[in-house]
Amino acid sequence: MKNRSIFLPVVTGLGFLFLYAPIASLIVFSFNESKLVTVWGGFSTKWYGELLRDPQILGAAWISLKIAFLSATLAIIIGTVAAFALSRFPKFRTKSLLNWMITAPLVMPDVIIGLSLLLMFVAMQGLIGWPAGRGMTTIIIAHATFGAAYAAVVIQSRLVDMDMSIEEVALDLGAKPMRVFFDITLPVIAPALVSGWLLAFTLSLDDLVIASFVSGPGSSTLPMVIFSKVRLGVSPDVNALATIIILIISVGIIAAAIQISRSGKKLGN
Amino acid sequence: MSSPATPRKTKLPFGSFLERILSKLGLRGRTLVIAIPTLWLFVFFLVPFLVVAKISLSEAMIARPPYSSIWNWDDGVLNLTLNFGNYLFLLEDTLYFAAYMESVKIAFVSTVFALLIGFPMAYTIARSPDSRRNILLMLVILPFWTSFLLRVYAWIGFLKTNGLINAFLLATGIIDEPLIMLQTDFAVYVGIVYTYLPFMILPLYANLVKLDDALLEAASDLGAKPAMTFLTVTLPLAVPGIIAGSMLVFIPAIGEFVIPALLGGPDTLMIGSVLWNEFFSNRDWPVASAVALVMLAVLVVPIMILRKAQAASEGASQ
Repeated sequence: MKNRSIFLPVVTGLGFLFLYAPIASLIVFSFNESKLVTVWGGFSTKWYGELLRDPQILGAAWISLKIAFLSATLAIIIGTVAAFALSRFPKFRTKSLLNWMITAPLVMPDVIIGLSLLLMFVAMQGLIGWPAGRGMTTIIIAHATFGAAYAAVVIQSRLVDMDMSIEEVALDLGAKPMRVFFDITLPVIAPALVSGWLLAFTLSLDDLVIASFVSGPGSSTLPMVIFSKVRLGVSPDVNALATIIILIISVGIIAAAIQISRSGKKLGN
Repeated sequence: MSSPATPRKTKLPFGSFLERILSKLGLRGRTLVIAIPTLWLFVFFLVPFLVVAKISLSEAMIARPPYSSIWNWDDGVLNLTLNFGNYLFLLEDTLYFAAYMESVKIAFVSTVFALLIGFPMAYTIARSPDSRRNILLMLVILPFWTSFLLRVYAWIGFLKTNGLINAFLLATGIIDEPLIMLQTDFAVYVGIVYTYLPFMILPLYANLVKLDDALLEAASDLGAKPAMTFLTVTLPLAVPGIIAGSMLVFIPAIGEFVIPALLGGPDTLMIGSVLWNEFFSNRDWPVASAVALVMLAVLVVPIMILRKAQAASEGASQ
């Protein structure tokens, strides 16, 4: 391999530029004094100040964080249990049904998930009176459902990779299955639980379409507020918000990645 | 209740505790482990589709909820009124057919471009030294974690008439008049390729990283030119990744709503937006349901192809 062509590095470089230039521009222009994207009016943090005085955005952010936290927690429970059933129980009657249902949300367009869940919530309310109206509860249920699908994928791959002999030894020595799960399986798959939870959390925080369908009055999430703002054009306070979100997520992801690679080394893989 | 031989203190007695409660309730852990996710997904994923199917066969009416009931009891007889009018309506009104075709076209073109950009990137990452590979991979995944809505929004600032791209092209003298890019199909292509590029790169990478250097060396030792090696060795081995990546771009692109809403123009007619408007603006739930089911029918084949490709690449790695 002497005559390495420059084609691949150039395309890859441009590809990464394509991926990161929009993100970089969001951050740069959040500090722009001017309201115009193309005009640099000097460094300013005034959009951050404006953001912090906007009760609509702050309220929506708080709602979104609550929904994301609760739905990710619910998703990780459902996802772990589903992944465990699929990877540890050799055969049960509903196995292929469960396998289908846990992976289908991954490829289902948001508009279909949102519409179908809303229509079902309405029908359920008519039949049994629950859920009474739409709001945070229905958004949490919707997000937990697709979050569980993503979490299950992450956790299942860890469960399949994991050395099962430790579990088998514990079972042979007479430990009850439940105890084996909590004392052995869970600590080993902990990194996958963390990344699965983070994934479900960010997906929930990010979702516009499904939340728009299943939300009710007074439960507008952050993406819904952002969407109605940016439909009218570029607004620099959204850039400031984007910068804050990107900063928090990047720090979280990098910290999680470091933590996971450390604990991975400790466990010897 | 004290036992003479106290069991060794465990770090997590929660499991045993839970098990004791369950056995008192007459439930086996195994049953519960299967039942919890199955029931949840059954109620909140599968049943909703049946509801959509039911409502697509009813008639829109001014009521709460705004559709007719398809069955009613009359003197002890169950009457079933199926109304296929919504589907006929989709056939008659050319708008819907055009929207489905436009969605397929936009999704297809975007997938081709994502493949053309994603393949060289995935190949480069897969061939780079170990130390650099993980960083590059992380750089591919990171944008996926940051808000999708905000990343699409960022393109407005790039593409608009007085946006960054036009400012750059005008300043360098490449163009004399600003290009109109925002609110065109072009902007939608850019948005879709940009958003779903990581979905293309990751399965391609997973396939290409398994490519054995020895195969490439053998091909070149036997006198194959690089292009020949690529076409006869690399490309065939990457096929499952190409199919999986393409479907992972194509499928969500079909149902996309946010990207055409923010970047597309009034002429950009995608089926996701049609469904959205049918539901939120026209409040016609039965027609929206019919649109959703037809969209699902359009997606069945791509989803099956994806499943097959994923099974194939999993099979190859084991």
